[in-house]
Amino acid sequence: MAAVIPDHLHDHHHGPTGLMRWITTTNHKDIGTMYMIFSFIMFLSGGVMALTIRAELFQPGLQVVQPEFFNQLTSMHGLVMVFGAIMPAFVGFANWQIPLMIGASDMAFARMNNWSFWLLPPAALLLLGSFFVPGGAMAAGWTMYAPLSVQMGMGMDMAIFAVHIMGISSIMGAINIVVTVLNMRAPGMTMMKMPLFCWTWLITAYLLIAVMPVLAGAVTMVLTDRHFGTSFFNAAGGGDPVLYQHVFWFFGHPEVYIMILPAFGIISEIIPTFARKPLFGYASMVYATASIAILSFTVWAHHMFTTGMPAVGQLFFMYATMLIAVPTGVKVFNWVATMWRGSMTFETPMLWATGFIFVFTIGGFTGLICAIAPIDIQLQDTYYVVAHFHYVLVAGSLFALFAGAYYWLPKWTGHMADERLGKIHFWCSMVFFNITFFPMHFLGLAGMPRRIPDYALQFADFNALATIGAFGFGFSQLIFIVVVIKCVKGGEKAAARSWEGAQGLEWTVPSPAPHHTFEVPPVVK
Amino acid sequence: MREYRSENRQLLIRLGVAAVVMFGFGFALVPFYEQICAAAGINNLLQPDRVAVNGQVDETRTITIEFDANTHDLPWQFKPLQREIKVHPGQLVQIAYEVVNNRDYPVTGQAIPSYGPRVAGQHFRKLDCFCFSGQTMAANERRTMPVVFVVDTDLPAEVNTITLSYTFFEVAGTQATAPKVGGPG
Repeated sequence: MAAVIPDHLHDHHHGPTGLMRWITTTNHKDIGTMYMIFSFIMFLSGGVMALTIRAELFQPGLQVVQPEFFNQLTSMHGLVMVFGAIMPAFVGFANWQIPLMIGASDMAFARMNNWSFWLLPPAALLLLGSFFVPGGAMAAGWTMYAPLSVQMGMGMDMAIFAVHIMGISSIMGAINIVVTVLNMRAPGMTMMKMPLFCWTWLITAYLLIAVMPVLAGAVTMVLTDRHFGTSFFNAAGGGDPVLYQHVFWFFGHPEVYIMILPAFGIISEIIPTFARKPLFGYASMVYATASIAILSFTVWAHHMFTTGMPAVGQLFFMYATMLIAVPTGVKVFNWVATMWRGSMTFETPMLWATGFIFVFTIGGFTGLICAIAPIDIQLQDTYYVVAHFHYVLVAGSLFALFAGAYYWLPKWTGHMADERLGKIHFWCSMVFFNITFFPMHFLGLAGMPRRIPDYALQFADFNALATIGAFGFGFSQLIFIVVVIKCVKGGEKAAARSWEGAQGLEWTVPSPAPHHTFEVPPVVK
Repeated sequence: MREYRSENRQLLIRLGVAAVVMFGFGFALVPFYEQICAAAGINNLLQPDRVAVNGQVDETRTITIEFDANTHDLPWQFKPLQREIKVHPGQLVQIAYEVVNNRDYPVTGQAIPSYGPRVAGQHFRKLDCFCFSGQTMAANERRTMPVVFVVDTDLPAEVNTITLSYTFFEVAGTQATAPKVGGPG
């Protein structure tokens, strides 16, 4: 089908070969691939930490690790998964797909793109290397709350610098995406014709530019409090530890949407393809995404209901938070309406996307429950919160990433992914995910605190169940490695339009996508 | 594509400036929250409290005030001159603490008050306190420091005893200290 390759789509690659090719590359496809490989490695390292945590929690008492190391594991698991796995993976998708989807030849700033990526490995080394310094890794929780973060050893400084570097990387990546989407679209590709993945990433990029610098500021304040005698968070010097929470969550809540909006975009590409219908309510999807982004700046203190906020403040943040359920509900409604009376087939990407809607919505509902101030005061820092954010981050962001990977693998590699293995990967992940995290709701409601290596005996059964689920989930991810390697090496040849119902410019170029695409911009009618 | 070059660069600069401004915004949140807290009367550690002008003394209630003193990594002796006193709500009271700097070099400390029960804190109005500013103690200096306070008449009926506890922290950077111990445990 893709036998005719126009001569402007030449596939040869100029410049250095071997390792230097990857270090010096400015090609958006190469950089996208590197982002994804990096994020998968970080996903595995964060996963090993998670499994060590679950092994310790298999039984009450201390068996596997000491409490100090347990604290390091919970903190680093969070940082590694958020900044090392989920965010770079979405940037990788953006690099690969946005130029292909809008008909651009590359990202707007190809060299900055290279730098954005190559900042990440040193940051990751700094972060993971902190396990081996005196005092061990940062252990103040991924939120790095003062005053604990002001007191830790040098592992904390390494984490702070890693966050600085990763922040700079994401800001540069975000600027690149905004400029690419706004300035580099092919003729005729108006904003409201853009694939929804580009829209959600455009809005996410604005969020990143707005809040990553605020996080950099917060950790810089921790750094100067630690070493340069300032007292931003030191009560003895006139500071206030609660201030850290306000500044952190001004970043932290939009960050939640940074990690889920691109996922919404991926799902909005996949559902119409396999329902063989255009997306229901495209414009309302765009407006819903934008309103989620704007509202995300008004809800930060719902993470702080127990800090002694005045009742008026609690009410404001409670209602503002519940308001976000409206645009999110619009999205879920639109996805379901897209499926309604569609000619649906359930290839692997569609399985993941449908599974995403199911489990993500559970996470959304528990979020609403946490938003209710009087209930949240009971649930604060319990396993209920752990269950909630893993339902939105694992079953939300991660499942969407897998959905997107299975969906675009044919475009990236030129081969169809192994459907049978992909489906096994999905069903194992889905079942084990729920075995792991569903019991945590009950643990949290019964009062089991998070981030503690030991627990009271009555929590033993659910914890054992969660640990079994976690190991099942962890090992299921190895299937994905097999699928990707098989897919790269060979398999059924993928057509340019690899899925029957797929729409969009990326399906007009051959599979695998040549090294250079759209050097002459396509014209969109 | 070439015609986009300058347009791209312009947008890059604008977005870069936005990122830098947001970095500054993070720091601007510090004075912003100070103002909010001052306006709302939350966490008012360093200013005297306001007291109702026509403060009536409620002679029908007697509240026991207990005094406590702690130091945190500070080579000072710090103790209240009275263990406890009995006051009526609305009554103006003055008590004193004593501090001795045991070291032969000057040290600056800052006292932070806390209250038990916690709810009593908002009804405990300090008009004068050594905790409103840092205290620099000369080598081997001994000093008696007053606290002037009023307990609000609207103190909840179930509170009969209030514990006022001060902890003196060293203000960082005033002397060389041993490096902070790394890591947990």
